[in-house]
Amino acid sequence: MQTAISINNISKHYGEIQALKNIGFEVEEGEIFGLIGPDGAGKSSLFRILTTLILADEGEAEVAGLDVKKDYMTIRQRIGYMPGKFSLYQDLTVQENLNFFATIFKTSIQENYHLIKDIYVQLEPFKKRPAGKLSGGMKQKLALCCALIHKPEVLFLDEPTTGVDPVSRKEFWQMLKKLKQEGIAILVSTPYMDEAALCDRIALIQKGEILKIAPPENINQVYKGRLISVKSKKTYELIQALRALPQVASCYAFGEFLNATFKTDVQAIDPILNELKQKHFADLEWHQTQPGIENVFMQLLSQSQADDSSIKAQKR
Amino acid sequence: MKTFLAFVKKEFFHILRDRRTLLILFGMPIAQILIFGFALNNEINNAGLVVLNRAGDYESKQLLAKFQNSTYFNLQDPVFTEAAIEQAFKDNRAKVALIIPLDFGKNMQAGNEQLRIIGDATDPNQAQTLVNYAKAIIADYLQQKQNTNTQLPITTAQPRMLFNPELKAVYQFVPGVMGLILLLVSAMMTSLTIAKEKELGTMELLLISPLKPFHIILGKVAPYWVLSFLNAVIIIILGVFVFGMPVNGSVPLLLLVTLIFSFASLALGIFISSKANSQLVAMFLSMFGLLLPTLLLSGFIFPIENMPLPLRIISNIVPARWFIELIKGIMIKGSPLSLLIKPFLVLCFITVVLTIAGIKGIKTRLS
Repeated sequence: MQTAISINNISKHYGEIQALKNIGFEVEEGEIFGLIGPDGAGKSSLFRILTTLILADEGEAEVAGLDVKKDYMTIRQRIGYMPGKFSLYQDLTVQENLNFFATIFKTSIQENYHLIKDIYVQLEPFKKRPAGKLSGGMKQKLALCCALIHKPEVLFLDEPTTGVDPVSRKEFWQMLKKLKQEGIAILVSTPYMDEAALCDRIALIQKGEILKIAPPENINQVYKGRLISVKSKKTYELIQALRALPQVASCYAFGEFLNATFKTDVQAIDPILNELKQKHFADLEWHQTQPGIENVFMQLLSQSQADDSSIKAQKR
Repeated sequence: MKTFLAFVKKEFFHILRDRRTLLILFGMPIAQILIFGFALNNEINNAGLVVLNRAGDYESKQLLAKFQNSTYFNLQDPVFTEAAIEQAFKDNRAKVALIIPLDFGKNMQAGNEQLRIIGDATDPNQAQTLVNYAKAIIADYLQQKQNTNTQLPITTAQPRMLFNPELKAVYQFVPGVMGLILLLVSAMMTSLTIAKEKELGTMELLLISPLKPFHIILGKVAPYWVLSFLNAVIIIILGVFVFGMPVNGSVPLLLLVTLIFSFASLALGIFISSKANSQLVAMFLSMFGLLLPTLLLSGFIFPIENMPLPLRIISNIVPARWFIELIKGIMIKGSPLSLLIKPFLVLCFITVVLTIAGIKGIKTRLS
């Protein structure tokens, strides 16, 4: 297998803000690589560096075997990019948009129709409608069509399914799986955990740093503390009681269970919960669970928020 | 070439589907030329005139009848004290007052009449003009009198106004409005449309396409070049057929100068758009950076000769100044290129400088 994207020690500042800190990873041909992280983690900056739209301050990156700085003109012909914000011409119709992007990429809709066929049949009833008047899901499908029309080798999708309904999201990911079979490498960022699980590998990114790169099923290794699922009928009181415990780092409702994370240095968990059961919650049940990507993500998010507020507190 | 055409087509879709753009492109020029041509006029008609007639004799009444017959003045009720004149100025009944001395008729025959004209100089230009009108009427009357009474030969200067004998203000406005409109349409609209692509994020998609940034800009401005040229033609046609502007010089030369000037404006628009990332900023830059200097320093409204030296120097780099000079020379005087070589070369030079600045400003990346 060939390397589609290789990133080596990329850093980027905006004034005093460090958007990316020594980022490095590789994406193989025909791989779906997910970037998972909260807003402001630096995902869009990384996309723009790789699509040759901005320059990194330090480090090198190659896309399709070409240097992003030197060979930017050649790279631009071989990649497809869907920016985070809907960026098509709102006053042009679906068909006009698609025709326009096909023409400027020196191709035609017919030539690569097989790539976009599955999405385009859904768009066809609306082909005379201005793009600005499409629903969120339709807009994203059209944007994907426009990014695919010239059969790119590497596809960059910056939060392609944000604001899209669950059914359309599912269809969208089925499309990506198909494209992967065509050998197209896909770098995708998403805030949705269920989508992260559909990637071949994911990178957790926070404040410009990559915390962990792993296949989604192994990502729970970065989880700090032990995760216990707890259940009682008095859910609200139970959350209050657990959050009040010094040994509990966090506690969230998760379906019918509560997910309580005990701090790493807590040795015995059962005695603590037994005590709770005897005192207030006669129906208390619990069992240890494996943290999912969502738990990992939540933990990262609350950590970054806690860090932010402590920085703010220090400044005051 | 095919991609370029697709680009131009897309740009025309944008223009034709946005009513505001269309209105600015074609509504504004027509409205402006009509407003400037009809409403903004230097000629003053029906100005109020009060008379303090101390003589009340036959000659003074003859003179007043002359004032009455002119379209410039509107005789108000006579006043009897000088204080009343001031009162008439204050309540805006009159702009000019005429005081006829006691022995007007007798003195006139003796050759030393003592008329006094008082102008309301709240608006100095208007007062000056009106006083001149009044002087002219009086001189006319006196001359008539002298011709009938005595056979003394008198020497007078016969003024002749060349190129614009009727002193029509429209001759001044049409070239000025043309410069203004071309600059606005070309520079403001192009900087706005490029800023719009940046704002909507479509610039990112265009940049990562195989199109060279230079081609992107070219594709964006080409339609505006065509449209602004069309605009210029509309303005010339309106000037000729509605306001009777002459086109004494060569039409191809007129069109060539127009093309060059709109090209300079486009380059200016590209330059602005490279500095502005949003439509709002582009709008402000073109409004204050272009509209005001063009309006004030091009000789369109205020004569350049009257400006203090620093402003006169600045006016040299305002492209509209040279354009207006060229247009006036070609349309009104009918001068050939050989006589207009200086403004022509200066305009070409400014165009080249702006084009280079515009191209240098085009970026291959976002920031």
